[in-house]
Amino acid sequence: MANFTPISAAIGGALIGLSAALLMLLNGRIAGVTGIVAGLLEPQGNGRAWRAAFLLGLIAAPVCAALLGYPVQVPQLPQSMITVVAAGLLVGFGTRLSNGCTSGHGICGIARLSPRSLVATGVFMSTAIIVVALTRHVFGV
Amino acid sequence: MRTAASLLCGFIFGCGLVVSGMVRPAKVLSFLDVLAIPSGGWDPSLAVVMAAALAVSGLGYVLARRSVPLLDTRAHWPTQTQIDRPLVAGAVLFGIGWGLVGLCPGPAIANLATLSPAVVIFVVAMVVGTVAHDLWWRAASTSAAESTLLQASAADG
Repeated sequence: MANFTPISAAIGGALIGLSAALLMLLNGRIAGVTGIVAGLLEPQGNGRAWRAAFLLGLIAAPVCAALLGYPVQVPQLPQSMITVVAAGLLVGFGTRLSNGCTSGHGICGIARLSPRSLVATGVFMSTAIIVVALTRHVFGV
Repeated sequence: MRTAASLLCGFIFGCGLVVSGMVRPAKVLSFLDVLAIPSGGWDPSLAVVMAAALAVSGLGYVLARRSVPLLDTRAHWPTQTQIDRPLVAGAVLFGIGWGLVGLCPGPAIANLATLSPAVVIFVVAMVVGTVAHDLWWRAASTSAAESTLLQASAADG
């Protein structure tokens, strides 16, 4: 467990939880990125302003962190663009179909003890674990 | 005011992703790599992130249940309760994509800040996937409504 960073993980996690709590206490909204993105894309969308603002804040955070000298690295994605595009399509379609992702189901949903979110989180976690096991240990990518 | 509050919440969320390291797909993937447990290469950080996030948001939600939101007339709690096929199938598809690259929607959007072309491509594909779902869903529900109508008129004879 050489890369385990429990303290920064706990602080970062608490901030994510605080964001979810505040968005409900202030605006009465779920901090689910899938729902926020989908709401922006809907043709007859109302509530575009708060959704766009949330995403803007999300992007502003790494920018501010970098400006303050906090190390923000460019993420390493797979070399194959086909994999990147396929993964993006699957994430976009899948999260919309199940109405939530790691934030909406994994945090907000479980925090309000929703059985739907518990099931969704269990399913996407185990699926991702199987995919990583296959790609890293069977096919050796 | 609502927009400003939302901007602040998005910013705090993004800070949480940066501080916890969850913006980095490599860190997420090394949590998902449970077969690395015996060799000591597993990174349990994501579990700590979730536990801390759930503790704080859970407490916040308990408070939120007792009151109306400060800046809105009512809280928009999700209403669906049924565990159905779309929920499970969607979670499987999402899990495949997440496992392939290590990016879920929040960190993917936060990483747009790095202007990485690969991240931009991933987010565009993600948006295309979302829009494709909505178009397919609309088409499917329209044809379902039509067939119900046809059956009804046939039954009416």
